[in-house]
Amino acid sequence: MRIFDPHIHMTSRTTDDYERMAAAGVRAVVEPAFWLGQPRTGPESFTDYFDSLVGWEPFRAGQFGIRHHATIALNPKEANDPRCRPVLDLLPRYLAKDGVVAVGEIGYDSMTPEEDEAFATQLALAVEHELPALVHTPHRDKARGADRSIAVVKESGIDPSRVVLDHLNELTVAPALDAGVWAGFSIYPDTKMSPARMVKILHEYGLERILINSAADWGRSDPLLTARTAEAMLDGGFTSDDVDQVLWRNPVEFYGASGRLDLSDVSVDATFAGNSIQRGGS
Amino acid sequence: MTTLPELRDALGPNAWLDEAIERIRRHPAALAGLFPAAGRRCGRVPLPGLPGWTSDEAARVLMLAEAPAEVEPTYRYGDGDEKRAVLKALPLVAAGDTAVALLADALRTNDPRLVAAALGPYAVHLDQAAWRQGLLKCVFMGVPLAAVHGVRERADAELAEMLSAFAKERTAAGREVPADARELLDQLMGA
Repeated sequence: MRIFDPHIHMTSRTTDDYERMAAAGVRAVVEPAFWLGQPRTGPESFTDYFDSLVGWEPFRAGQFGIRHHATIALNPKEANDPRCRPVLDLLPRYLAKDGVVAVGEIGYDSMTPEEDEAFATQLALAVEHELPALVHTPHRDKARGADRSIAVVKESGIDPSRVVLDHLNELTVAPALDAGVWAGFSIYPDTKMSPARMVKILHEYGLERILINSAADWGRSDPLLTARTAEAMLDGGFTSDDVDQVLWRNPVEFYGASGRLDLSDVSVDATFAGNSIQRGGS
Repeated sequence: MTTLPELRDALGPNAWLDEAIERIRRHPAALAGLFPAAGRRCGRVPLPGLPGWTSDEAARVLMLAEAPAEVEPTYRYGDGDEKRAVLKALPLVAAGDTAVALLADALRTNDPRLVAAALGPYAVHLDQAAWRQGLLKCVFMGVPLAAVHGVRERADAELAEMLSAFAKERTAAGREVPADARELLDQLMGA
């Protein structure tokens, strides 16, 4: 089984997680830029974080044979802090990077005017940089947040097939699929979505334009819930090819639209891969 | 040392690169968007005849040579591959020792590709204490010493002491001493 986790915050995870993920079949991840639990107070703590997402974290993942890409954005919660908003001017530098395959997470937290502005601005950046967009839906007031996100996406002019609406559930999946965007589901230990509920949704809505992720982060979460969901799919009557579609080919198609997804073989000893100078060249 | 014309020749015809260089010449700020794109536009393959160089690195060095004032921000906002290319560009594009702080930054990282790139020809501007620490860090991280520029010329008695202590510690722990480090130590001790 090969697994692509399209949404996981590896910065918050340990090397034990990387080892267990690799053993479970995870070969590729996308790490969206998001909040870190502790609020930031200025643009420079964002840029240090972004540097890590395109520098240190891909290196760390590579040591375990896992390919790491990122999405970059000012997240909705911190878009409300005027001390953080200047980071919007620095985003173009990061949106040009090889390892950046989408703009995200953008969207709503509390649905404020400041969030409206940051959301629209960053959808425009996605269009300008020819990147897909990863849209977080709020945990509170989710149904209205999802509807409003869909409206903003339509207004922005971005091709809906290049947008994923994430953290969906039984109540928000239909509006998303009807709007032509991708539907993302975060499988969590006891909130958001469980493997069993996910399998029911797949039976009802099919496998097209569906992304399944662990969204594992600094809270109580589990990077192996993608694998557990794959097993639940097999137990629930889906085939290995169905599992491969949802947990590998779908995220490859979605993020592949960036033109930057690099899934060439990642060797277990990635440290010196491709660097002949370190093999004694000079 | 490899020169800019050698890098350009090794890349062969590349219209995208020619246009990028022209744009940077006119508007140095364009480098911020073009420098990261080099891997996608010029590939990441080893260059024939120039061991140790890949096509994306060579393209990036040629672009940076058109906008030497952008060295610092290009490194500051670079991903791993971009930072490595900036470090490799320094002997060709930086004036004197003005960019030595970038070497210090790279030597503080835990990425062996950056640590190794910091110890290229531009490391002549590093003071001896920093250079010795950099070399010892390479031994620790398993970076082959052949990647470090001018080891034999610069290695001194103080480095020999450091390597000797390292070897003792490794031996006490039942761990191996890398063969190239052992060889350098033996040479410095006149064995």
